[in-house]
Amino acid sequence: MTCEYDLYDPSWCPGCGNYMIIKALKQALEELEIPSHMAVIVTGIGQAAKMPHYIAANGFNGLHGRALPPAIGIKLSNKDLTVIAESGDGDTYGEGGNHFIHTIRRNINIAHFVHDNQIYGLTKGQGSPTTAMGQVTTLQYDGVKVEPVKPLALSLTMGAGFVARGFSGDIPQLVELMKEAILYSGYAHLDIFQPCVVWNKVNTFQWYKDRVYKLPEDYDYTDFNAAYKKAMEFGDKIPTGILFKVEKETYEDRFEFIKNGPPLVDAELNPMDAEKLLNDFY
Amino acid sequence: MNYTVLIGGAAGQGMDTLSELLTKSLKRYGFFVFKHSDYMSRVRGGHNFIQIRFSDKPVYTYEENIDIIFALNKETIDLHKGRLKEDGIILADKEVSEENNILALDLEDTAKNAGNSRAMTSVGMGSIIKMLGLKSDKALKVMEDTLKESILDVNMNAFSKGYEMVEKRFNLDSMNDGRILIDGNTAVAMGAAAAGCRYYCGYPMTPSTTVLSNMEKWSHGLGIFTEQVEDEVAALNMALGASYAGVRAMTGSSGGGIALMSEALSLAGIIETPVVIINVQRPGPATGLPTRTEQADLRFVMHSGHGEFPRMVISLRNVEDAFYQTTRAFNLAEKYQIPVILLSDQYLADGATTTVPFDFKKVKIERFLHEEKLPEGRYKRYELTESGVSPRIIPGKFEDKVVLVDSDEHDEYGNITESAQVRKDMVDKRNKKGALLESEIQEPWLIGVESPENLIVCWGSVYGPVKEAIELLVEEEISIGALVYGDIYPFPIKLLQEKSKSAKRIIDIENNSTAQLDGLMRQFALIKSDIKILKYDGRAFSIDEVYRRLKEVIE
Ligand SMILES: Cc1ncc(C[n+]2csc(CCOP(=O)(O)OP(=O)(O)O)c2C)c(N)n1
Ligand code: SF4
Ligand SMILES: [Mg+2]
Repeated sequence: MTCEYDLYDPSWCPGCGNYMIIKALKQALEELEIPSHMAVIVTGIGQAAKMPHYIAANGFNGLHGRALPPAIGIKLSNKDLTVIAESGDGDTYGEGGNHFIHTIRRNINIAHFVHDNQIYGLTKGQGSPTTAMGQVTTLQYDGVKVEPVKPLALSLTMGAGFVARGFSGDIPQLVELMKEAILYSGYAHLDIFQPCVVWNKVNTFQWYKDRVYKLPEDYDYTDFNAAYKKAMEFGDKIPTGILFKVEKETYEDRFEFIKNGPPLVDAELNPMDAEKLLNDFY
Repeated sequence: MNYTVLIGGAAGQGMDTLSELLTKSLKRYGFFVFKHSDYMSRVRGGHNFIQIRFSDKPVYTYEENIDIIFALNKETIDLHKGRLKEDGIILADKEVSEENNILALDLEDTAKNAGNSRAMTSVGMGSIIKMLGLKSDKALKVMEDTLKESILDVNMNAFSKGYEMVEKRFNLDSMNDGRILIDGNTAVAMGAAAAGCRYYCGYPMTPSTTVLSNMEKWSHGLGIFTEQVEDEVAALNMALGASYAGVRAMTGSSGGGIALMSEALSLAGIIETPVVIINVQRPGPATGLPTRTEQADLRFVMHSGHGEFPRMVISLRNVEDAFYQTTRAFNLAEKYQIPVILLSDQYLADGATTTVPFDFKKVKIERFLHEEKLPEGRYKRYELTESGVSPRIIPGKFEDKVVLVDSDEHDEYGNITESAQVRKDMVDKRNKKGALLESEIQEPWLIGVESPENLIVCWGSVYGPVKEAIELLVEEEISIGALVYGDIYPFPIKLLQEKSKSAKRIIDIENNSTAQLDGLMRQFALIKSDIKILKYDGRAFSIDEVYRRLKEVIE
């Protein structure tokens, strides 16, 4: 059977982790039986951000760092759409850091997949917010001099209700994580290790493979303190899976007319509905 | 008849409520009213004043001469007593001043007797209404309609004491009401609501904030999603997301915030997604004068955003214009799939004016969405057409179609491309829409005489003072008239070309220092003004100033 989501062949470098991520995404959407015209992929700019061009879903390929704001606009306007924001580590945690923080505060019902290659891929190898301290890059000749962002700890402490990590080298797990994130009612943050074979010679496929391990079956993902510990674990061992998941009221449900009404996009527009506003001005 | 009441004091003394009540009361007595506020950018202290002008004929702006000054502090008296008309009067608490020509009343003690010293402004209001010779009924009704239950009695009581305290001084009669009293920002928000805007987000920035707060107030009643978002960058990017999803969306700010939106403005241009943006101007550069007025962002909004893409800029001339042009902006944005920028300013935004109630029946919502069946195969969001406008559909509404928009240069499907040919085709496509826009633009309003020897050109809110000054000059049999631009980019040239032929001189009047309109005239019509009357002290023109400065140059 052909995948409904298949489109062009991507232009990423051979061996790039993005190939695995797009494969997993198509599979996840297929398995969830979301019709392609009801899914929207919203991205910024970067290698990861090219996703909408290679997948037959609705796509909004916006500006660098700005994947989340249009994703929010889309979801609030049409709550029936499955909205996935997707971008690189630089796009999400650097240029778009402010939106990241405030999107978590909102808890809007979207899934957010960050292709974390710990480098700027598209612009040829500069340090990203997740590049390790001391790592030499094409720009930081004598090594990065700032501490890396800890994305999962950040989203967790900001109050995200769904925090997870995947690895492009484990497609079956990644598909499950993507499905969980899409099904989660609220903002779901999934950071995905994605080796960049060209520009990051430190965090290679092997580097990740040697370190990642799945959270054990009996891990309690509703335990915030346990999740925090796991989110801070970034050395010889790095956990993958759902670190934290709890139920929370979504942003859109705090608006009565969105929660109980039809999607905003289906509202009948009639100027006369607003005429009553004049009454206060006589 | 033509009167002005000035209320002055420090921030936090209750002037806002007093001026609101008084302005509304004067409207209810049937007068045409214009309220103009002069505020400092602080929450407590400083010197602020509000001028309320009213007449039995329409008024569009403020005047320099004053009939009644209600001074809540001594500074108000010192600063403004020179502007008092011969039979004018100053009203103040006896603690404030006991000079001549000042009616020093026992305001504070009277308010205390009425139940609360904070009701002093209501005592003052009672005195003002009485001095004007008006009955107390309508003013009391306005208090009843406006004030909270818990403070109503005290204030009505204070009002009555103030009313009894003074003698009639003028002999005004009430007239027929039926008008509304509204400021520019509220008119814009109401226009957006009437146009079916369902998504408004923004970030607070004086003097644009009340557009956002009005939308927020009406949000639940009308089903409009409204949000104070993290920054202006988010605001425009969100609005574009909403519009892509099929909802009419708008955002707004003042210059600094609009500057932050410029990358997303460029995005709107290339993804061809409709959006309406209001820039309520204040003097820049940078933080400038936050609570004051200027018209210096015309060039900025014409050129904001990198790259070349079509857009429309409409300046707002008065509250009625603000309402109707906002509704039109939504239609134009969707018809051409472009950003439409509305230009207002602090003076129009905050100045409350009486006007004929807006006619909601006149408002048309035209969406230009493609709803018929589409050809087989992938949907082409950027299909190359004769007009440059491609059939636009909304994601999720066609079962086998997906919608792809892209900030990279793209092919007809929306897919990223670097083809030289496609690039050229897409630039041409976007530019064609810009050329089409020229068929939509409205010529400026012509006021004054039909073929004036003295031809004024101006734009936006300068309309008010220019209109009234021209009326005075026409009475003196001076051949004078004005072209007042609303649509300003693309720049309409027909009427200018026609009227400039018979004009002896062209006089450009603008609230900026570089005569930006004059620059547009040179650029697009090869016509330049002969004389420039510019004002860039952060204040709006009064009728008197326009009149005086015109007299100087017309001789
Ligand atoms: C405003 C702006 N600044 C900078 C750029 C250049 N730029 C494009 S992608 C990118 C970084 C990409 O890194 P990341 O988000 O990690 O994505 P990756 O390519 O690694 O997938 C930069 C700096 C841009 N397009 N826009
Ligand atoms: S540069 Fe790196 S991230 Fe970009 S496609 Fe190549 S391998 Fe992938
Ligand atoms: Mg990256």
